[in-house]
Amino acid sequence: MAVNVSIPTILRSHTGGQKSVQADGSTVAEVINDLDARHSGLKDRLVKDGGLHRFVNVYVNDEDVRFVGGLEATVSDGDSLTILPAVAGGMR
Amino acid sequence: MLVIRRDLVDAMVAHARRDHPDEACGVVAGPEGSDRPERMIEMINAERSPTFYRFDSTEQLRVWRAMDAADEEPVVIYHSHTATEAYPSRTDVSYASEPNAHYVLVSTRDPHEYELRSYRIVDGVVTEEPVEVVESYMFAHTGGDDIPDLG
Repeated sequence: MAVNVSIPTILRSHTGGQKSVQADGSTVAEVINDLDARHSGLKDRLVKDGGLHRFVNVYVNDEDVRFVGGLEATVSDGDSLTILPAVAGGMR
Repeated sequence: MLVIRRDLVDAMVAHARRDHPDEACGVVAGPEGSDRPERMIEMINAERSPTFYRFDSTEQLRVWRAMDAADEEPVVIYHSHTATEAYPSRTDVSYASEPNAHYVLVSTRDPHEYELRSYRIVDGVVTEEPVEVVESYMFAHTGGDDIPDLG
């Protein structure tokens, strides 16, 4: 299952500056593992303690994967996976 | 330094006042690489909280895609502190992940006087920067040729 992965500015140091890269997998977890094999260090930025890192949002097409099974969310051939930094903060 | 039009400053402060005591948040987009904030987008604070903010992830995807399609980037990322000074908290720093953005904080703790300050936050290091408020970018040193949105 080949998917197109869109990489945010903050993570492009891992992809040689590329905005989008290809990866394979039938779940988000598999795609991330394949991404990490091609672009070392990406997984640590996306996954923590077996779940999606709170600092990132990952979308399959238009869907935030947190609402559709997290790392186990399924992806199909030709889907696009978008990574964005979560924008959050607060006074504490 | 952040050079920003007065109407955008006024609009950020108005947004922060309107959402007080909850934190308000949003972005000001500008042409990629220009460092010139032009188009303000108020974002939903998905937390609706006086002590925390988080962009709604679905709205964020839509807004980020629109910026991408228009060759824009988030030049300013702003939010308000409603009971404390306009300085980034530890949480703000831990989430800051746009190395090219100016992180603007507006404090609304005083009902009459607002405080607006700007920071660069790169690799966890906070650097405050001066803010120059201008009527238009035409005569500012950004080299832009923009004029204020009238009406």
